[in-house]
Amino acid sequence: MSQQTVGTRGLVFNEPLIFEQGSPGRMGYSLPASDVPEKKADRLIPKKLLRDDIPGFPEVSEVDVVRHFTRMSQWNYGIDLGMYPLGSCTMKYNPRLNEDMARLPGFARAHPYQPEAVSQGALQLLWELEQYLAEICGMDRVSLQPSAGAHGELTGIMLIRAYHTSKGNPRKKILIPDSAHGTNPASSAVCGYQVVPVKSGPRGVVEPQVVAEVMDEDVAGIMVTNPNTLGIFEDHIVEIAKVVHGKGGQVYCDGANLNAFIGIARPGDMGIDVIQLNVHKTFSTPHGGGGPGAGPVALKRHLAPFLPVPTVGKKGLEFALNYDLPKSIGKVRSFVGSFGVLLRAYTYIRTLGPTGLRRAAEVAVINANYILSQLKGAYHLPYDRFCKHECVFDDAIQVHDNVKTLDIAKRLMDYGFHPPTIYFPLIVHGALMIEPTETESKETLDQFIAAMKAIAREAMENGDLVRNAPHNPRVSRMDETKAARQPNLRWRQKPPSL
Amino acid sequence: MRYIPNTDADCRKMLDTIGVRSVEDLFSDIPASVRLKRPLRIPPALSEADLGKHLHGLAAKNADADRYSSFLGAGCYHHFSPAIIGHLISRGEFLTAYTPYQPEISQGTLQAMYEYQTLICQLTGMDVSNASMYEGASATAEAILMAHRVTGRNEVVVARSVHPEYRQVTHTYAQQIDITFHEMGFTPSGAADLKGAKSVLTDRVACLVVQNPNFFGVVEDLSELAEAAHAVGALLVVAVTEPVSLGLLKPPGECGADIVAGEGQALGVPMSYGGPYLGFFATQEKYIRQLPGRLVGATEDREGRTGYVLTLATREQHIRREKATSNICTSEALIALMATIYMETLGKSGLKEVALQNLRKAAYAKERLGKVRGCAIRFSGPTFNEFVLQVKKKPPDLLKGLLRKQIIGGLDLSRLYPELKDCLLLCVTEQNSREQIDALAKAMGGGR
Repeated sequence: MSQQTVGTRGLVFNEPLIFEQGSPGRMGYSLPASDVPEKKADRLIPKKLLRDDIPGFPEVSEVDVVRHFTRMSQWNYGIDLGMYPLGSCTMKYNPRLNEDMARLPGFARAHPYQPEAVSQGALQLLWELEQYLAEICGMDRVSLQPSAGAHGELTGIMLIRAYHTSKGNPRKKILIPDSAHGTNPASSAVCGYQVVPVKSGPRGVVEPQVVAEVMDEDVAGIMVTNPNTLGIFEDHIVEIAKVVHGKGGQVYCDGANLNAFIGIARPGDMGIDVIQLNVHKTFSTPHGGGGPGAGPVALKRHLAPFLPVPTVGKKGLEFALNYDLPKSIGKVRSFVGSFGVLLRAYTYIRTLGPTGLRRAAEVAVINANYILSQLKGAYHLPYDRFCKHECVFDDAIQVHDNVKTLDIAKRLMDYGFHPPTIYFPLIVHGALMIEPTETESKETLDQFIAAMKAIAREAMENGDLVRNAPHNPRVSRMDETKAARQPNLRWRQKPPSL
Repeated sequence: MRYIPNTDADCRKMLDTIGVRSVEDLFSDIPASVRLKRPLRIPPALSEADLGKHLHGLAAKNADADRYSSFLGAGCYHHFSPAIIGHLISRGEFLTAYTPYQPEISQGTLQAMYEYQTLICQLTGMDVSNASMYEGASATAEAILMAHRVTGRNEVVVARSVHPEYRQVTHTYAQQIDITFHEMGFTPSGAADLKGAKSVLTDRVACLVVQNPNFFGVVEDLSELAEAAHAVGALLVVAVTEPVSLGLLKPPGECGADIVAGEGQALGVPMSYGGPYLGFFATQEKYIRQLPGRLVGATEDREGRTGYVLTLATREQHIRREKATSNICTSEALIALMATIYMETLGKSGLKEVALQNLRKAAYAKERLGKVRGCAIRFSGPTFNEFVLQVKKKPPDLLKGLLRKQIIGGLDLSRLYPELKDCLLLCVTEQNSREQIDALAKAMGGGR
């Protein structure tokens, strides 16, 4: 590795668990003195319902806490540090303006049950966001309630089930292509549906006649991920929708990959009935180490009677929550939804506008195809055609030198990059799924490409270097088998030594 | 566009390398018939300064708990939150990281999650906790689905004193797979009516679901409820919407609870008009493999150094697909991090002190308001920081009058409980001063 490589080593700290720090009586808080009578707790609540102590709870100062988390943060990789090409995850830059706006007291300190008369700003924002998302998707209505992509999927399938039930029969099965997202089968199963897998064809897309063969009146609908997990646009989507609609089924689109065509085409114009959006992907809200996200669901008019409550309505100049939807599926979470996340998505949309959103999709697709064109040859490309927002390679060349996808991924860390998504989609053996997003400049992509090519060379010339990677992070490869065989899921106080 | 580095010239070079004439060529697989031939009809881009002004304007139209004197609780609580939380979670290494799939470069998030799981266990008195879920209501629904998997039974009994939105969410989830619901009423003290529910608490029941403190703020006798559930082979699910109460109350795990699910917002997370929040979920050791959601476990690296990984993934949807314990993929890592920092900063004595202040201030408010003409404390049971007040005046009129005085006077229960249509649910936290409580009593007609 040369001086030009981004990844290097720096001073990082060891930091024990908080439970192994501090001393009795140490504290990190200060509360105002009590201004009401200081009655004893057991005068107000029977003693048998009270606890004395929280055994093991920390006793540390504010300084201890700040150093603890600052040191731990340095063991993490984030988009702020470098390229994070996790396929299917759309790791784009998280604008800081959005964070500041979410912290304005009028948003952060607003209670979800406060009177509508003093919530007009929040309601207006939600109402406008619904209009924007409906327009972006070519849909009629949007539920902002679901808390994540998979939660949106679940809500979408519930809506389909409610629609069929209202026609007298909820039906039994959901069709799911093998190139769909991993959560789709579980979301269907939670709704009581049997999952029927659909094989994608040699071009990496679902063929309409294959759908027609399994489509019957027992099928509630199909869940299509578009572009699919190979990064390929399902170009038969219009015909597939016709086949499914022909037997009274509904078409669900997993919209996690919307960043590939936002502003260029709209799911609603392709015959999609319902789609979830992952605002933590397409609309730049931070992943935060795995949440919070939000998964609004956009849908066509015929599904609107079943929307979760409350919806946001507008009467004249006033905005209001509407709980009165007799056919509603109910609620999928408390209150109106993850307002703070939705607000960040709103801010992002208003920052980019129609031109910026389209530009994001275009550059995301150019970036992905640029990587595809440059790594072809060094890595095996199972579907050799233009991609959308992500490209999928595998380790077919490197396995000859006994270097696997996992090794390549780990070695990338040493070069200063987060690895791509690996071993997914399942239909590509040893998949390396690379999604650069529009966030990365040509120079960064060139550095990434150079690192990938260097690793391909290392695989041939010095396999052990790759197989033993990573070398730069604070810890090396973890024993995941041990973690699963002897689960240690919490700290416990050691018994006093004898 | 300041978020997109590549210029037209950069793009041109890349398109040449790719070997296409224009970006259009890369979209030729999208059928022409469905390609959008016009710009999206959304407002044009705003500069950072202009957008900031616009959002400040919207925010100013909302009441916030600093400018108003608010007595709203009901599943979302206005507590003091130390300044360091906002600073620490803003570190890009936490904020802009994905789910920790690559443990070697995610140890910060992973160790924080392991500490979170431990703190939730300590707080609830349970053996194991997952790494967080969406929020309290869906976590409670997941608890019911888990009880159904564990027992193989298809009926559940849910106390009417469980948060109405939690009940609604559990219904939405459970109706997909034909679970029958029975309701357990409440006694004049406001507690779950165990006696009245004897006939439905049978050996067909997967779980009994109660909330503690319940929606009316009343502290339940969980041991009694656990005994009754276990007598018919059902699990006891305890929902907690106000975890600050656990600074004082006996933990559900010591009372026989099998699953504790709830909302962690009260632990240092802003109210944010409804989210993002934090669902917590804890259970007993024997149910580890039935637990939904992400789990972090301790292990070692090749050199024997302690480290942490996501573990027991064989329960999860990307491996088990339709046979997974849940479809949940995301947790609420950043919000769990907020709660972790909150719990560690307040620590053993701080959480107890906050809980005690809540209890005392609410007790003071109860005493003051109970003496106001036309007001009465509706339930006789012991309460934590919320209570139900019966009022002579029509609640909507009363609340409107209070709002004119910058007081948000609690929740009108008529939409949620027709039988309590003349009642308000009030919450008093450490953020409410005695002065605010006295002003509320005065505005409601209590003199002084």
